[in-house]
Amino acid sequence: MASAVADWGVKTRPAGSAAVAELEGVSKSYGQTRALSGVNLTVRAGELVALLGPNGAGKTTAVKLMLGLLPPDAGKVRVFGQDPTQPANRVRTGTMLQVGRAPETLRVREHIDLFSSYYPAPMPMDAVLAAAGLTGLEDRLFADLSGGQRQRVLFALAICGNPDLLFLDEPTAGLDVEARRMVWEQVRRLLGQGKSVLLTTHYLEEADALADRIVVIHKGGIIAEGTAEEIKARTTGRKMRFRSALTLADLQRMPGVTSVREDRDAFELTTAAPESVARELLLRDTTLSGLEITSAGLEEAFLSLTRKD
Amino acid sequence: MSTAAMTPMGFSRAQVARIYWKEAKYELLKMSRMKTYALSVLGFPVMFYVLFGLLLNSREQALGGTTVPSYLIASYGTFGVMGTSLFGTAAALASERGLGWLQLKRASPMPPAAYFAAKVAMSMVFSALVVTLLMTLGVVFGGVHLTPLIAIKLLAILVAGSLPFAALGLGVGYFAGPNSATGVINLIYLPISFCSGLWVPYMFLPKFLRQFAHVLPSYHLSQLGLSLFGAGQQEPAATHWEVLLAFTLICLGLARIGFQRDKGKSYG
Repeated sequence: MASAVADWGVKTRPAGSAAVAELEGVSKSYGQTRALSGVNLTVRAGELVALLGPNGAGKTTAVKLMLGLLPPDAGKVRVFGQDPTQPANRVRTGTMLQVGRAPETLRVREHIDLFSSYYPAPMPMDAVLAAAGLTGLEDRLFADLSGGQRQRVLFALAICGNPDLLFLDEPTAGLDVEARRMVWEQVRRLLGQGKSVLLTTHYLEEADALADRIVVIHKGGIIAEGTAEEIKARTTGRKMRFRSALTLADLQRMPGVTSVREDRDAFELTTAAPESVARELLLRDTTLSGLEITSAGLEEAFLSLTRKD
Repeated sequence: MSTAAMTPMGFSRAQVARIYWKEAKYELLKMSRMKTYALSVLGFPVMFYVLFGLLLNSREQALGGTTVPSYLIASYGTFGVMGTSLFGTAAALASERGLGWLQLKRASPMPPAAYFAAKVAMSMVFSALVVTLLMTLGVVFGGVHLTPLIAIKLLAILVAGSLPFAALGLGVGYFAGPNSATGVINLIYLPISFCSGLWVPYMFLPKFLRQFAHVLPSYHLSQLGLSLFGAGQQEPAATHWEVLLAFTLICLGLARIGFQRDKGKSYG
């Protein structure tokens, strides 16, 4: 897989930004399955790194290695300069994993109280409840919470210890739009306090919204790294959206069209030459309507990056 | 980001003690609120004792060197502490493993030993509870003569003796899946209870079963309890304790293997 790890020219951080978590040349296999291959990943102080990739890409394995839950087969894992398999440094980290369920017969505040006790200087209970949007729910049993509320409890457990480094594994999975925005707001607030975050997600919008740096992972290797803008710039071209009487086949045959797909009643088309494609479309279809031309989104960049493999 | 006050080793003694205390407290709360656990581990021994010890036999009827109600406190007491320990540890552990909850705990600063200590402590509290219930019923309704000293000794023996079964529960919890753990426990619990003479008293078991009973920790624990009433086989106490200790160590070893094995695994 070494050939798949392209050198995308990582943007260097200002000197003095210490690495709080790093994977250096890390490989990990489960039996015959190679989960990570020669991965280099660094989270620096005060930044949010989004680890972006489809399911099975190795995101969760990378997080588990950084949490010290697994040892690497090769390479080094360092969190705050130490080996994370030693529990001592965990007082500085908080974690949100995709767990099926927490113990159902404990109340929200009991869960938070217990996790807070693991840390030397935890946040006050009221502050945790407010930050996680759980005020008023503290006496509810975990069993009596909705899916979104349960996610928020897990988020509360990650932040309650006032950690310097947060690991958030798909933190907004299953949340509605309002809850997702609330989590984003809280994460931004934590970044404002100087904390560092490693976030895994497959929501491109989330990576775009939160990340200082995006690391794209695919089949166990890093295939791209940079700011959202840099990654979008890797994909040349524009996205065009419109309604047309032309067929998909017609559009695919047009010169200059990189890709085209149907999206409900409209077409979405990517091209490196939007002006000539637009001219062609308007000539051939006088009923064309709803034409929008935008820069290629992160999704296109992501798809084209992962398609190269 | 201050690096002050973060010693390499992390916790002060006071904080560690607090973690162990809270872990145990919440484990107890958690299990008490689980009606399936609380009602059955307390209810079944009490029910059997009331039926066989109080209702179906007269209080003076002799059994193995003492009266029936006295004898059955020791044997159902053993049965009771086995149940509290086996079900208290195995099922919760298996389900918390399977759901990834244990991984979250391991990723936290919690010392792993606190988690297991809490489960054992919780099962010891419930064990004490079930023994106290049986003793109370026996004294009030069964004419059992219990001096405070014997009561304390019985409580201490049975609660200490629940540790091997807590260890067994941890071992099973590490190897069974979340849905099968309770089933596996039942497959172990009921037959070895029977073969130890906790249902049909030991003296009435057929010979080959009586021989087999000697490898069972439950047999040894019940004998220790019975000896307080002057009943039982009058074997030396040291033998019983040795078997219980050996059994505990084997189960802890098993649990540790399961713990290490989990480290290499990925759940979901």
